[in-house]
Amino acid sequence: MTTTTAITPSRWKRFRNSYLVYSFKRDWIAQFCLAIFLCILLGAVCAPWLAPMNPYDLTQINILNSELPPIWVDGADALFPLGTDAQGRDLLSTILYGARVSLIIGFGAVMLQALIGVTVGLMAGYRGGRIDAFLMRLADIQLSFSTLMVAIIVGALIKAVFGGAVYSDYAVWLLVLIIGLAEWPQYARTVRASVLAERSKEYVDAARVMGYRDRRIMFRHILPNTLSPIFVISTVQIANAIISEAALSFLGLGMPETQPSLGSLIKSGFDYLQSGSWWITLIPGAVLVVLVLVVNLLGDWLRDVMNPRLYKG
Amino acid sequence: MIAFLIKRLMHAFVVMFVISVISFAIQSNLGDPIQQMVGQSVPESQRAELREELGLNDSFLVQYGRFAANALQGDFGYSYFFNEPTTEVIQRHLPATLELVIAATLIIVVFSVPIGVYCAIRPRSALSRFFMSVSIIGISIPVFLTAIMLIQLFAIGVDFSPFPVETGWGQWLNGVLSTEGGMPSYGRGNNLTHLFGTWDSNFFSLDGLTYLVLPAVSLASIMLPLFIRLIRAEMLEVLQSEYVKFATAKGISLKRIYFVHALKNTMLPVITVGGVQLGTMVAYTILTETVFQWPGMGLMFLEAIQRSDIPLIVTYLMIVGLIFVVTNTLVDLIYGLVNPTVKLTGKPA
Repeated sequence: MTTTTAITPSRWKRFRNSYLVYSFKRDWIAQFCLAIFLCILLGAVCAPWLAPMNPYDLTQINILNSELPPIWVDGADALFPLGTDAQGRDLLSTILYGARVSLIIGFGAVMLQALIGVTVGLMAGYRGGRIDAFLMRLADIQLSFSTLMVAIIVGALIKAVFGGAVYSDYAVWLLVLIIGLAEWPQYARTVRASVLAERSKEYVDAARVMGYRDRRIMFRHILPNTLSPIFVISTVQIANAIISEAALSFLGLGMPETQPSLGSLIKSGFDYLQSGSWWITLIPGAVLVVLVLVVNLLGDWLRDVMNPRLYKG
Repeated sequence: MIAFLIKRLMHAFVVMFVISVISFAIQSNLGDPIQQMVGQSVPESQRAELREELGLNDSFLVQYGRFAANALQGDFGYSYFFNEPTTEVIQRHLPATLELVIAATLIIVVFSVPIGVYCAIRPRSALSRFFMSVSIIGISIPVFLTAIMLIQLFAIGVDFSPFPVETGWGQWLNGVLSTEGGMPSYGRGNNLTHLFGTWDSNFFSLDGLTYLVLPAVSLASIMLPLFIRLIRAEMLEVLQSEYVKFATAKGISLKRIYFVHALKNTMLPVITVGGVQLGTMVAYTILTETVFQWPGMGLMFLEAIQRSDIPLIVTYLMIVGLIFVVTNTLVDLIYGLVNPTVKLTGKPA
């Protein structure tokens, strides 16, 4: 064993020489998108240190500062570069904190989807038979109802059962749960398809002959070979989850205005659109679109690069 | 074929049954009908009597049986808020949603087919690349944001005075976009043409149509890029196939190959996906109708949630569920009929 480890280059080196990094270096759109995504991510993660104000701290908010326009419009205050919203919160700070909430929900929901979807997909693909038929029928039915519809209905029901106050207290967790539960079939179908292709390969037979348990074969042997499609749909799913969160928040089934996400910021600004305060809606909206767009473009690029039919080795 | 038909119908019934059980569970566990009927001042003994009389103490199964029997006869109970049968409330709101969906579908069909085909025939031309980039931007803009931007641009108007008016495009922008009191963006307007029953239409007068434009464009904006990409991908695949090469070799004109031979086989999967996407469209009507205060089923559903109008919520779920199940079954059946390669009763490959 020691001789082989001496010959194989380190993990980092293998990654650096991989086809993935090679094509990344040659694709300026992917580089540009990753740069913007990292900027938004950094801004969101470091919001408490970067933001000029804390929108959650009521003592820093002055209602007299409400609906100030951004700095390039007449009547602006230099203290608020992107203007203020109807409650007098600095829009730049609120957007940074809002992007944080949106990203937490996006990533959290995708992790939950992946957890459920990968488990179901592995089970269905590996076991086959009746379990497979049942689980995939379930996934088909849920998908035929469109994930957004399922999320809206589940959100509405939870709100009706527990009431608005409880809903807003646990909104982040509930949204992760709702979006996670609504979109797992995407993962399940993708994973199942690749498991079906892998299952008949010789290394699986070998592992079975060696007497490994099913669970070990599924998670340690088959799962690593289905990772590239999982990566590809994960990017698209993050974009979808962020859009779903924004849509739910816009419908009043998401984050409350006291803890705004990008979607609830857009919603709160929409009421003031007619009075001419377009920036409360359109600036967070632009951030949302840019965020989703770069994630989608990265997903497109990843699909082109990782497409198993094109990817050699 | 008969076996396939029966299997699909059984499947549809099972799904409808599950939806009805979920709906009933919601109805029986949320809200107290006695509370709704008599209020606070009635003593507990009378409440218990009423409860017994209405059969609320019966077992879940018996109550479900009653619910299902009523539902099959079109009786879903009374809306708490409107104080009239929920089916009538829905009938009143259904035409508005249908018109919105029809208008959006028209926009999608009229634009997606030519653009998708063009992008497949000339995949490397500048115009195709432009369409493809616009389509990925379109996918990334949530439908309610498209709607808000349309309202800002065409209904409220934008002051472009900071832009240089002297240049041609500045003048153009000022002329086109900053019209005061531009397009209507609220409700359906007053110029509706009465068709029949509860159906008032926006389609038959110019004023009615102007109310329809912004909501329909918003609703179409989310599907249009999807369909352009789908048609392009399918068409590219078809153009690679043997029979297209053979047709080219025979010397058939390119126009005929593209629009008669290739397009026919392109549209088959597109129609299936289209049928399935109808469900997504229903979800997006909720968002579009909320932004434009369009008095359709989506807005009604959202208001019912805010008012905790459980019977109306349940009826909406059942009816939307029915629409989904019927379209999915129809799409499957049509696909099975049209495409001879599909395995009818066997397990999917």
